[in-house]
Amino acid sequence: MADGERTAFGDLLRPIADPPVRPDLISLSASATAAASAAVDPPHGSRAEADRLGASLKELADADARVVFVGDPGRTDPGLALPGNAVRTAKYSFLTFIPRNLFEQFRRLAYVYFLAIAVLNQLPQLAVFGRGASVLPLAFVLLVTAVKDAYEDWRRHRSDLVENGRAAPVLDPAGSGQFQPRRWKDLRVGEVIKVLADESIPCDMVLLATSDPTGVAYVQTINLDGESNLKTRYAKQETMSRLPSISAGSVTTLIRCETPNRNIYGFHANLEVDGKRVSLGASNIILRGCELKNTAWAIGVAVYTGNETKVMLNSSGATSKRSRLETHMNRETLLLSAILITLCSAVSICNGIWLAIHRDELELSQYFRKRDYSGGDEKYYNYYGIAMQVFFIFLMAVIVFQIMIPISLYISMELVRLGQAYFMIRDKNLYDESSNSRFQCRALNINEDLGQIRYVFSDKTGTLTENKMVFQCASIRGIDYSEGKDPSPNGSDVYCVVVGDQFWRPKMLVKTDPKLVRLLRSEGETQEGKHARDFFLALAACNTIVPLIVGTPDPKQKLIDYQGESPDEQALVYAAAAYGYVLIERTSGHIVIDVLGDRQRFNVLGLHEFDSDRKRMSVIIGCPDRTVRLFVKGADSSMFGVLEKSIDLDIIRATETNLHAYSSVGLRTLVVGMRELSRNDFEEWQSTYEKASTALYGRGSLLRAVASSVENNLQILGASGIEDKLQQGVPEAIESLRQAGIRVWVLTGDKQETAISIGYSCKLLTSEMTHIVINSNSEASCRKSLEDAIAISSKFVTISSRAQNTITGSGSARVPLALIIDGTSLVHILETELEEKLFKIATVCDVVLCCRVAPLQKAGIVALIKKRTEDMTLAIGDGANDVSMIQMADVGIGISGQEGRQAVMASDFAMGQFRFLVPLLLVHGHWNYQRIAYMILYNFYRNAVFVFIMFWYVLYTAYTLTTAITEWSSVLYSVLYTALPTVVVGILDKDLSRRTLLEYPKLYGNGQREESYNLKLFILTMMDAIWQSLVVFFIPYMAYRDTTVDGSSLGDLWTLAVVTLVNIHLAMDVFRWNWITHLSIWGSIAVAVMCVILIDSMWFLPGYWAIYHIMKTGLFWLCLLGIFAAGMIPRFTMKALAEYFMLNDIQISRELEKFGNFNDFTGTEISMSTFSQTHPGFIR
Amino acid sequence: MGDSTSPSDGPAEPRRKSKKPKCLQQELPACKPLLTPMIVVTTFALIGIIFIPIGLASLSASEQVVEIVYQYDVDCIPEQSQNDKVAFIQSSVTNKTCTRTLTVPRHMDGPVHIYYELDNFYQNHRRYVKSRSDKQLRSKASEKVTTNCAPEATTSDGSVIVPCGLIAWSLFNDTYSFAIDSKTIEVNKKNIAWQSDKEHKFGNDVYPKNFQMGGLIGGAKLNANIPLSEQEDLIVWMRTAALPKFRKLYGRIETDLDANEQITVTIQNNYNTYSFEGKKKLVLSTTSWIGGKNDFLGTAYLTVGSLCLFLAMAFIVLYLLKPRTLGDPSYLSWNRNPDGHY
Repeated sequence: MADGERTAFGDLLRPIADPPVRPDLISLSASATAAASAAVDPPHGSRAEADRLGASLKELADADARVVFVGDPGRTDPGLALPGNAVRTAKYSFLTFIPRNLFEQFRRLAYVYFLAIAVLNQLPQLAVFGRGASVLPLAFVLLVTAVKDAYEDWRRHRSDLVENGRAAPVLDPAGSGQFQPRRWKDLRVGEVIKVLADESIPCDMVLLATSDPTGVAYVQTINLDGESNLKTRYAKQETMSRLPSISAGSVTTLIRCETPNRNIYGFHANLEVDGKRVSLGASNIILRGCELKNTAWAIGVAVYTGNETKVMLNSSGATSKRSRLETHMNRETLLLSAILITLCSAVSICNGIWLAIHRDELELSQYFRKRDYSGGDEKYYNYYGIAMQVFFIFLMAVIVFQIMIPISLYISMELVRLGQAYFMIRDKNLYDESSNSRFQCRALNINEDLGQIRYVFSDKTGTLTENKMVFQCASIRGIDYSEGKDPSPNGSDVYCVVVGDQFWRPKMLVKTDPKLVRLLRSEGETQEGKHARDFFLALAACNTIVPLIVGTPDPKQKLIDYQGESPDEQALVYAAAAYGYVLIERTSGHIVIDVLGDRQRFNVLGLHEFDSDRKRMSVIIGCPDRTVRLFVKGADSSMFGVLEKSIDLDIIRATETNLHAYSSVGLRTLVVGMRELSRNDFEEWQSTYEKASTALYGRGSLLRAVASSVENNLQILGASGIEDKLQQGVPEAIESLRQAGIRVWVLTGDKQETAISIGYSCKLLTSEMTHIVINSNSEASCRKSLEDAIAISSKFVTISSRAQNTITGSGSARVPLALIIDGTSLVHILETELEEKLFKIATVCDVVLCCRVAPLQKAGIVALIKKRTEDMTLAIGDGANDVSMIQMADVGIGISGQEGRQAVMASDFAMGQFRFLVPLLLVHGHWNYQRIAYMILYNFYRNAVFVFIMFWYVLYTAYTLTTAITEWSSVLYSVLYTALPTVVVGILDKDLSRRTLLEYPKLYGNGQREESYNLKLFILTMMDAIWQSLVVFFIPYMAYRDTTVDGSSLGDLWTLAVVTLVNIHLAMDVFRWNWITHLSIWGSIAVAVMCVILIDSMWFLPGYWAIYHIMKTGLFWLCLLGIFAAGMIPRFTMKALAEYFMLNDIQISRELEKFGNFNDFTGTEISMSTFSQTHPGFIR
Repeated sequence: MGDSTSPSDGPAEPRRKSKKPKCLQQELPACKPLLTPMIVVTTFALIGIIFIPIGLASLSASEQVVEIVYQYDVDCIPEQSQNDKVAFIQSSVTNKTCTRTLTVPRHMDGPVHIYYELDNFYQNHRRYVKSRSDKQLRSKASEKVTTNCAPEATTSDGSVIVPCGLIAWSLFNDTYSFAIDSKTIEVNKKNIAWQSDKEHKFGNDVYPKNFQMGGLIGGAKLNANIPLSEQEDLIVWMRTAALPKFRKLYGRIETDLDANEQITVTIQNNYNTYSFEGKKKLVLSTTSWIGGKNDFLGTAYLTVGSLCLFLAMAFIVLYLLKPRTLGDPSYLSWNRNPDGHY
């Protein structure tokens, strides 16, 4: 692994691996996301590398860490080696602009080609065009881009200036204890900075103190990761209490932290104050780009500044992919290069032959003048022998015929994609009102791929579903309580907390089961009641939710808003609140829960965060009754292993039954357990926990080990069922996609039962489907079940094909198949030879559902299809666990929903709702594909016509590459005369209306079958180009053969003929004429005419006044008219024939659009029949 | 866009507002042309109907043009020099006058244009077309601008040649005079060049200098006392031809020529096209509205026109044989074969 070596070297240079700047490596801390990011790109990163990275972190000594002396920037950074807090997003400065910008621009191959041709043209022997004409287009493009870049950079400079000039109060290092305003750019590591409410945080700081006595600060991280909920950050009590002495400089406080890295979800450091060592984690740091909320002030010490802040380290560009169409286009570009080389060779060889034949005549031919007599000794004048002459002619031919390879196409394609992206972004059908999020185009070069998708891989949670969890039912000690009733919004049954004269009530209402409510409130200690209370106490305590008290218009009433990172937890806490266990306060050390009207304080002694290995979380709570309890909640699979099975076996059985019932109706389930810790247990745990949590490196795995050691022998409390609501319009969207011939595969981490039930509710699975389920846990059984599955499927396929033969065209005769496979089986299948079998079975199935899959496996499944077929794949997801598949698929779509921004950051397109996939693919995808496909073909054609016209003329100039068309016109041809209409048509033309495309999803097949761009069409187009060039060249040639016509006049005729002809050609193919199309096409012709007139008004050009002379003659206009008719006849005829006789869905639909509901309105029928009636008369 | 200029214009505001979303949603009002049978047949028929008369008119115009073409390059070499034509033409002592008689086939209305036609002479050769200095031709001040003029830029002693370059150097120098019944016919050599060239391209203060003084004589010499703007033969010659076979206007006979009149042509056969086997022809021709004699365009129009008429008929037949209702959903592929899995 080359990359591993590179990182190893990196380690030598930098103490802590600073991963190369890659957007996919944003997070490493949460192991789920680490796995996701590692899985992104197997050659570059893998789980092994991530582990190695972790190991290297552990091994590094404290000495390698950054040491920050709090309040003493001078000691922290004596040599001023650390960067200041000035940020620089601008790329260029005054001096570096020209070289750097040119360098950036010439990274495009197209420009290099331009430049090479222009340089070639500067050689005196090869100077085909004048200096100006050859360099101008390139210079123009470069200049425009440079101006654009300069403007953008100027704006960045300005925003940098504003950003750097903002002021923040900084503690006076002299020790006066006063805060003085200082500009952001002057902030240094080690300085103590105060941030006020709603202010942005100037740099990455470790919190020292906040206005909250418990040291809590809330930050909004929307600029950082897009999550709008508030995050809690804590100042350590140790610093809170010593703040005065710290600010007076009387205590030396120092922080050892990692060197800067781009992990925004992790931070490892420890703090030494008064010789006491305290560990710091991600919850103690506030990052630049965040805003302080709900906290009056916060004081922190700068640890990372300027370009070393995590937000700056994470700013990087979008991913780049190349579209399928562009890949095909490159194939045709190669063909065109072959044609170009053939033309050039032909010209140069013919020239050689001509020279050889006329060898003896060259001496005296007036038009050749081989020798120069003026110098006395008679040397050859510009003649280097036949071989050299042939070589020069070849190079000159390359210069003259350069536009055969349509370089301008690359530039206009970028413009077109930009325009398409603009319209996609502005499309109100892709706008999500609920989250106020627009469609985002993050990758600009794969718009057209959206029209060719065959496979959609979808995540379930947050993608098909809303990821808004609602507590539905509970099973407490095996007893099911699922008869919840919706509370009336302002009814008396809503539980409120009375605080003074105020009523606080939870923001979200949850339906409650009256039986359970009664049980909770029943007087007297029943065993049942006790369990229920423990259950809800666990729900209220075992989480990381922060309650926020929000005011309402009614001053007496306040709402409790539970902010947290996990929607499951939110749902559980709301549920607990609804049953009377209201979490009302959380600080770093304790929580306050209103237990059925009685306010109780619980000390939070320890918290083991959720991680995807353990799949559970736990808290250790010191209760008011002086007992210490461990509450654990987690996925059933992980919980049943750590439950005390000996006593509660019946209850576990009953709970399992309930869980099965819950998940079969599509609920997400969590199991809750509890253990009372003895004093010994607790102390043992506490010592290991403290050791682990102060470790600077490798803390994560140590903490995990501590958690696993204490989370066992649990007593089961119960289980919860949470409904994961389907997003709006998902079933309809899936149905549309299916009709469009797109296979939808659902890949989810959920349980099989949950997945299947969601499958039913979103109409992915239907009752008439035959399910093939593969749940195996060994390679052998996998092989067997796959073989069985193939046997079943082939049986069904043969049956259905026979059925098709007998019952012709009556409904769907085929039995639909659904494959359901779980992650365990996939472990044995993916990347083994069984893959082939899976592929075989999966592709005959209509629906594939993969459950319990890991992020890496998601990517593996996408790769399964991508590797074996040419079909385009699309992955859509919202969570960090979808990042891998989003990057693996040809098109990756992120749902900007609840689960953070990682999926969006990795995606090519982002949108708010799954159902937008339908307009995106069926409408925009179809349009984009059709437009770009046509545009490529048209550009090839347009340039080829021009090149061929020049080629025919060269045959009449003794193969010496004279162009009758002026050099300015040949330069402006593809840039000005014909460029705008293709761009406008590429952005605005629509073959079918949005309504039709949505009504007939099968029209999408056009893109899947590559009907708008293929080799056959390319060849036909090229043949048409040759025909048209012949017409354009030879009609004037024949007409003017015996006249006094001069080269310039004829050249002008050819110029105008070809420009008008290619624009008419385009006009004939435009589907929808609006005023912009009209303006651009007719405007281009007008511009060309004006340019030709302008060029011919320059007295110093040979063609002076030629256009005026030739335009006065009738022959000129007759030639033009003849050219248009003769040039267009073949194409028009073919088009008319194809449209009428070769039944094509798009054509039929266009007619349908134009003639309305033909069968419904007899009016149109009459108008049609009049046509057929008039015809016989027409013939006579 | 007149309405956008007046911000106070009340009704303009809401209209603009309603227009913008339409544009953003790509719902601009648009025309959706379809190639319906009616349109196809009409188009073809229309082209046929327009083109055939134009073709006929062009043919008849071309028919009316009377043209006399006489190739004299071989004819005008005496018998004894036929084996070495180049030596004959290069020699300064041989008599190059050549008198021939041409018969007027039909009545020719004046003015009758006199052209010389060269063949195999690549006036569009790359070396040749570039070899001129438009700046020098235009003004005396730019006399020294002889870029691209080599090898006819300067004389061997370094003084500039005006007009420089190969084009001027190779100026055609055959001359023709005409007589009917030994009565000389006036040849009008005024206004044979474009007025625009005379006024703006060739300066009236630029006089020939050191012209045709080099070791190799390319063609005609110029009168050093006449400014370039008056040297119409040069101006005509310097409008380089598009094709290797070309005609250039020599002059005009302003009178009519009657049918069967015998014209005696005296040709000074000076110009050397023999070294590259170039043909020389003398052409007398009247003109019509489509220019000279040219049957091609008429034929082409007739061909295209009749082809279009034929196509119109063919399409009518096709449409009648295989009628299809437009926009019938039952033609959609999935309606034709219900479970065709595309």
